[in-house]
Amino acid sequence: MSKSGLILNRRRLLGLGAASASTLLLAGCDQFDTLVGSGDGNIRGVLEKANDVTYRMQRLLQGQNSMAPEYTEADIRQGQRPNGSTDPQGDDYLALKANKFADYRLKITGMVDQELSLSLADLRSMPVRSQITRHDCVEGWSCIAKWTGTQLGPILDKAGIKSTAKYCLYHCYDTMDGGLTGQVPYYETSDLIDAHHPQTILAYGMNNGDLPVANGAPIRVRIERALGYKQPKYVHTIELTDDFSQVGGGKGGYWEDNGYDWYGGI
Amino acid sequence: MASITESGAGRAEKPAKAKGPLIYRQSIFTRLTHWIWVICLFFLLASGLNIFNAHPTLYFGQQSSFADQQTGDQHFDAAWLDIGAANTPDGAAVGQTTLFGHSINTTAVGLGMSGDPQNPDFRGFPASVTIPSYYDLATARVVHFFFAWILVATLLVWLVASVLNRHIAGIPPTPRDLRHLPRDVLNHLRLRFEHGRQYNVLQKLAYSAVFFILFPLIILTGLTMSPGMDNAWPWLLELFGGRQTARSIHFLTMTAFVAFFVIHIIMVVLANPINELRQMITGRYRSSADVPFDASKGDKP
Repeated sequence: MSKSGLILNRRRLLGLGAASASTLLLAGCDQFDTLVGSGDGNIRGVLEKANDVTYRMQRLLQGQNSMAPEYTEADIRQGQRPNGSTDPQGDDYLALKANKFADYRLKITGMVDQELSLSLADLRSMPVRSQITRHDCVEGWSCIAKWTGTQLGPILDKAGIKSTAKYCLYHCYDTMDGGLTGQVPYYETSDLIDAHHPQTILAYGMNNGDLPVANGAPIRVRIERALGYKQPKYVHTIELTDDFSQVGGGKGGYWEDNGYDWYGGI
Repeated sequence: MASITESGAGRAEKPAKAKGPLIYRQSIFTRLTHWIWVICLFFLLASGLNIFNAHPTLYFGQQSSFADQQTGDQHFDAAWLDIGAANTPDGAAVGQTTLFGHSINTTAVGLGMSGDPQNPDFRGFPASVTIPSYYDLATARVVHFFFAWILVATLLVWLVASVLNRHIAGIPPTPRDLRHLPRDVLNHLRLRFEHGRQYNVLQKLAYSAVFFILFPLIILTGLTMSPGMDNAWPWLLELFGGRQTARSIHFLTMTAFVAFFVIHIIMVVLANPINELRQMITGRYRSSADVPFDASKGDKP
C-alpha cells in the first residue's frame, strides 16, 4: 500500500526541511552585517528614517507636557545604578570637585538675549522640584530614584531664547572614548519642547542627598521622557543653537555619533 | 449537485488520486502581508536578540534589581532569567543560564558563551542568531524599529482588508468548530488533514492566538519599553505591571512566535508543502476530495 511510502515521503520531506532550516541558521546572520552596518553603500540610511517617524509620532501622541510616570518613596529600593562616566578625570573637573564645586558655574550661552552664569548656590535658591522617576537605560534596564533640582525652562526664559534657536546643546566635563580621535567630551542635545518640559530639571540632589559624582555631580540634566543617554551628567554649559551638525560627530550627542537615535524616547 | 457526483465518481475510479476542486483560498492581501511578515519577523527576532544581549537579564516589576557596585549588597531580587557566564570551581569559564534561581551550564547551546572555544564570546545569544552578528546595540535598534514600523503598517493593511473581504471572520473558532476539536486533534495525530474552504479548528486556534494575542502583546509590550510612550499612554505600565515586566513579556511572546513558526513549518511540510506554498503564492489551494465543486466561488477543476 502506498501509505507507508507516503509517510516515508513525509518523513524525508520533514528531514529535508529541518536540514535546510539548520543550514540557514548555521550560515548565520552575518550575511546582513554589511547591509545594516554603518559603512558606505548600505541601506542603513533608509532604515534610520524609521526613527524620524517614531519621533514625530510620539510627539503627536504625547502632546507637549504629558508627564513621565512618577513613583513613591517606597519604590526607591536601591541606589541609582551609575553607568557611562562615573568619575571624570579632567583637570578642570578635578579642581572643582576638590573644592566641593564651590567654584562651579553653569553657563547659558548661544542664541540667548542675555548669557547667564549660575553658581550651585544660585541654582539651589531657585524653586525646587523633586521627582521620583524611572531611569531607563538604552541597554534595557530601569532604576527608580528621586531627583531634586530646579526646572530648566524658567532659566531659559530668564536668558531669553532667540526665536531662531531650535536646540539645547549640553556640554559636559566628562570624556568618552572617541575612537581614533582619543577622548572626546560627552555632549547631548534636546529639542526645546523637552528643554521646557515641567519635569526637565537641573538636578543637584538624588535620593535625598547631594548628587553623587558617579551620577553626575554637580549638575545632571534630567529629561524624563527619554532614555538614559539623553540625561547628560557633569553639565557645565547649555548652549542654545539652531544647528549641531558642526559639533562632535554632528549627530547631536556622543552616543548619537556612535549610531544611536537622536530622539531617544524609545 | 452534479459536480458532487462527478467528483465522487472520480474518487471511485482512482482512489489514490482523488482530489477536490482547486479553490481560491487566499486573497492578494493575505498573501502579500504574510510574506512581508515573514521578512519582518525574521529581522525583528535577530535584531531583538542582539538588543537583549545588551542586558541579558529579565525582571518582573517596574525596575531592575542590582547589587550595589561598592558594597555588593543586593536589596531585592526581581530577576527571573539571566543568560551570562560563570567560572567553574576549576577556573574554566562556562555559559550559565539562570532561570528562577536555578543555574545550568548552557555553553553547549551557545547561551552565555559561544564562538571559538579558545577565544570565546561572552554574550547572551550567539553571533549565529543575531543581526548584526557582532554586538551592536545601536544598529540592532535601527533594524528593529524599522521592521517594527513595517510590521505594524502591514498589520493595519491586513486588518482593514480582512474586515472588508471577511477573511478575519474565518479566523476565530465558532462553538461548532470547538465541538469538533477532539476529532480534529485525532485527525492531526493520524496525519490526516482536511483541506477545506475554511481553516480547521486547530488552525483557527493557532491563527487566533497569533493575531488576537501574540501580535497585540508583542507590539504593546514593545511600546511599554519606550519611555516616550509611557507618558503618552500611561495605561501601558498599568496594563503590564511595569517596564521590566513588559520587557519579560516581550521576550516570552517572542518565544511563542518562534514556537508557532516551528509548528507552522512542520505542518506545512506534513500537509503537502507544494499545495501550501501554492496557496500562499497564487491563492489557489487543492482541496480534499469531499469538497464540492462550486463554480460560483471561482473553483477550478
